[in-house]
Amino acid sequence: MGLQEPLLIGRDDSDDVLEKRRISSDLRFALKTYSPVIYKSASPCTSSMLKSIVLGSNHMNHVICQLSDEWGEPAETFRKKATMILEEMADNLHLSAIRLLAFILSKVFKRVFRRIRVNTEGIERLKKALSDNPVVLLPNHRSYMDFLILSFVFYTYDLNIPVIAARGLLEIKILSTILRRSGAFYIRREIGTNKLYWAVLSEYVKTMLRMGYAPIEFYVEGARSRSFKSLLPKLGLLNIVTDAFLKKEVADVTLVPISITYERPVDETLHAHDLLGLPKIKESMWALFKARKILGQDFGTSSIHLGEPVSLKALVQGDVNLSQYNLDHRYCNLPSQEIKAFLHHTGCRMIHLQEENMVISPFVLVATILMQKLICSISLHRNIVKIDNGKTMLVQEQQADSSTDKHLMQYAVTVLTCSMYRNQILHIFVRPALAAMALSFTNKTQKEEIFICYSFLQDLFSSEFVFLPGNAKQDFEEACHRLSEWGAVQISKQNIELTETGPLVIFFILSIFQPSSFLIFRYHNDGHSFLLMFWLILYLIIVWLLIKEKETIKGPESSRLISSKNRTLIKRRVK
Amino acid sequence: MPDDSTNCFVYIFTFLNRQDLLKWNGWGYSDSKFIFNKKGQAEFTGKRYRLSGMVLPALREWFEKTFGASLEHKTPPRSALNTSDIPAPILNEDFLDDLKATKIPFSHEIEDRIFRAHGHCLHEIFALREGKFERVPDMVVWPSKYPNNKSILSFGVKYFIFTLTGGTSVSSALECPPDEKRSIVSLDTSQMLNVSGYCTGHEPDSMEFSTLGGWVATRASGMKKNIYGNIEDLVVHIRMVTPRGVIEKSCQGPRMSTGPDVHHFIMGSEGTLGVVTEVTIKIRPVPEYQKYGSVEVAKQRCAPASIRLMDNAQFQFGHALKPQVASIFTSFLDGLKKFYITKFKGFDPNQLCVATLLFEGDREKVLQHEKQVYDIAAKFGGLAAGEDNGQRGYMLTFVIAYLRDLGMDFYVIGESFETSVPWDRVLDLCRNVKERIVRECKERGVQFPPLSTCRVTQTYDAGACVYFYFAFNYRGIADPIHVYEQIESAAREEILANGGSLSHHHGVGKLRKRWLQEAISDVGIGMLKSVKQYVDPNNIFGNRNLL
Repeated sequence: MGLQEPLLIGRDDSDDVLEKRRISSDLRFALKTYSPVIYKSASPCTSSMLKSIVLGSNHMNHVICQLSDEWGEPAETFRKKATMILEEMADNLHLSAIRLLAFILSKVFKRVFRRIRVNTEGIERLKKALSDNPVVLLPNHRSYMDFLILSFVFYTYDLNIPVIAARGLLEIKILSTILRRSGAFYIRREIGTNKLYWAVLSEYVKTMLRMGYAPIEFYVEGARSRSFKSLLPKLGLLNIVTDAFLKKEVADVTLVPISITYERPVDETLHAHDLLGLPKIKESMWALFKARKILGQDFGTSSIHLGEPVSLKALVQGDVNLSQYNLDHRYCNLPSQEIKAFLHHTGCRMIHLQEENMVISPFVLVATILMQKLICSISLHRNIVKIDNGKTMLVQEQQADSSTDKHLMQYAVTVLTCSMYRNQILHIFVRPALAAMALSFTNKTQKEEIFICYSFLQDLFSSEFVFLPGNAKQDFEEACHRLSEWGAVQISKQNIELTETGPLVIFFILSIFQPSSFLIFRYHNDGHSFLLMFWLILYLIIVWLLIKEKETIKGPESSRLISSKNRTLIKRRVK
Repeated sequence: MPDDSTNCFVYIFTFLNRQDLLKWNGWGYSDSKFIFNKKGQAEFTGKRYRLSGMVLPALREWFEKTFGASLEHKTPPRSALNTSDIPAPILNEDFLDDLKATKIPFSHEIEDRIFRAHGHCLHEIFALREGKFERVPDMVVWPSKYPNNKSILSFGVKYFIFTLTGGTSVSSALECPPDEKRSIVSLDTSQMLNVSGYCTGHEPDSMEFSTLGGWVATRASGMKKNIYGNIEDLVVHIRMVTPRGVIEKSCQGPRMSTGPDVHHFIMGSEGTLGVVTEVTIKIRPVPEYQKYGSVEVAKQRCAPASIRLMDNAQFQFGHALKPQVASIFTSFLDGLKKFYITKFKGFDPNQLCVATLLFEGDREKVLQHEKQVYDIAAKFGGLAAGEDNGQRGYMLTFVIAYLRDLGMDFYVIGESFETSVPWDRVLDLCRNVKERIVRECKERGVQFPPLSTCRVTQTYDAGACVYFYFAFNYRGIADPIHVYEQIESAAREEILANGGSLSHHHGVGKLRKRWLQEAISDVGIGMLKSVKQYVDPNNIFGNRNLL
């Protein structure tokens, strides 16, 4: 079986970044003249200048005075605290670090990836956007690699290296220093609760926007999506950026949604482990060192799609009443209900734009079908799928380990990894599936009735999938249109009726959403169960716990995921 | 306000031949204008101004560089009025007979009517140069004194009356509603203030050509308001004739607590309620000592009579208006100064901005103030840049309208607009609005980079008045006025979004009417409407300004 290179269903005008790297010297690449396009009204500014501007700003002074009044402590203590927070937070962008990283990454990427594809028109668009306005980059977050790969691409194409909001990693001193020097800034979880922290962070981000210091990159989803399904947007940083615009500290901000897709993510199994509730491997130098084994593997192609830049000003138009800002206090940071709704809407829209340009690799389709117990073959994913006697099956046991425990884990990992791949396609099917659900639930043909059920379902799943708020009617229309395209239904003005082939199509779509046809089907044999990821996980863990409990009565390590209350519940059930 | 001011009556008297003295299709006096002479150098003609008769060697280069304009591409105005272009007057014979009986002078000559058909908005001047008119007043009347005025109004119930507020309006306030079928009568109430040894202290940029009634009707502001105050601070007593009758206060007390001040219904009413026939304002002795000054790069808080902060583009503009120097010595001295500032002090001429100052009062006070200001300037790294720079900065405001006429001869159109904004938003507003203008120009197909510049012209405790100049070269655009209006309206949106006001002193007129509701709330509009409804139910003052 020859190693056939899977083709990506991507756009044709993409460029392979690694192609040039393979034929020319990495050292020369690292030392090349790097002259990025910068924001046209940027004022030249080093990171230390930036820090002193932040600390000297009116906003900081205002908050510090307020806090010292509140706590009855001298302003100086708060000023010191603010300085410390900023020291820990701020980036320390240096071209030398970027060059070093470019050199290392070039070596690494060439080993692990076959290609890194970037859409060329996206680069041109971004170049223009970067000179016109302060830019905020919004990539999806599927892997630790995301920001590295993006900065690497930016360096290659002479785009201004972004500063990147990062969480964690502070424990690894060396790594965090390197990353800090290549543009990372660090956010702690206190972001929402600590007033001073919030003030420093928002002033820091706003100052960068104002000065045109560098493009700012953060993940709207807030965290890596382990299930590969888009997460609901987190609004903290988006709020700061929007606030800077609404208070007119910048004339406009350009948002650029970026879709990064991996044919095989580097941290594929890590995700499954995380989902199973295995203790998260602590981010340490040692863990990083151990992870070097990935260097020997093949992760296929990763593709980056730089989306159409979106003007924040255009988004705000009509959605937000700007005149309220003329009367509010300038440093009042509490977003109104209207703003919150706007932010959520914008976040969802950005995620949709990311999803739209996600590349769907063949294996995603295969996995979708594999999850429905159909047979196909592929060699890249031999750790998940194996070919046995001409049949393809999911890998169940890699080592002859007799322990049921290991066995089950291995199986769970496989299933989860597979469903992870499948999840990459869910955003295409979710609306038609809900419509189909509604159709079979109501058992009626009136459009109105079906829509009522549909919007109920969409509401029910609104924290599971990303839906644009207030867009149900349109989503429904689109879903029905899709269904009729697939020959499942016939739509007339008032009615929606199943065609002859309808039940078959609908069965197919719905079964995509069954987490695993192997495991849970027997317990929910109504055939329409919409069991979601976490149900599966819970199920797996319960089974695992049951086994574990029988063998040794030792505290399970998965306490991260299951609260003690749940555990007693399980124990009771065991008894 | 200091107490040493005295009151004086200002009477309105007729000024029959304004158009003989002033241009009919441009700004100001007929004899004063910028031209390019045979050598291709810019020159200001006439004898009325300090700049008159001088050659301005740097202006041409600045003009060509800033706008991408060229002296080869000309767009001269029509030289004379074509009578067939003017719509025939709608006259009412009864009214004419009545007028003749009262012996009030009137005219329906084309020139008189055209002269009073417009303010100085760009589109109005542009239309004049092209010789296009939609609706002009049908008749001009010079009501000389108050009693006569009242009688005219009594005719107005049957017809229709339209007021003229001096003719320097930049809010389309004088534009006649094109669909008005009634006879439009323009009242010319231009007057002159002429009491020797005294001044009002009120000096708007259009001072020579605007009227006291106009100042009152639009809530005008003068540049020396820091000493003398704005029009609302200067006015002691107003008498206005309305269709309902005469409105005035019964005495001239300096302040009254008699409910909401009725003067404030009049000030800013923009000719929608009646004719202001008599205004009593404070006057003061002409100041003993006057001194200009300027500071380069400064940030300060101390109030000379006037202080203005210009951005770099305007600083360069000001420099383009430097007259030719007569002696080699002065030019050597200028070179030395420039060398000191740029090389020794390290100021970049492309970054530099300048604050112009005007001190007024008795000599001692002026010198003391001056020292204070320069001390503050020095503290913030500013540099006293001399009287000359200061004076030139103020000159710019008096000649800018003449300069626009020059620009219009060479495909360059422009306009100024203003706003007021709290201090903490001044910088953001200036930056964003200028940026928005440049961007809008690009998006709307303007081929050359525009001039988009601003200055802070008035300072208050709670904020400042910001004045924008915006001009561009319209070669290659089919409908420049439409493009211009779109950009100006985008700029106004930007101003409002940045916490700026709809207007600081230009007024609303018809140009900014659509934003008024947002600016003063629904109830506010309702209050104004009910006043109008009571005072002028038949809409005799139907210029449709404001509401």
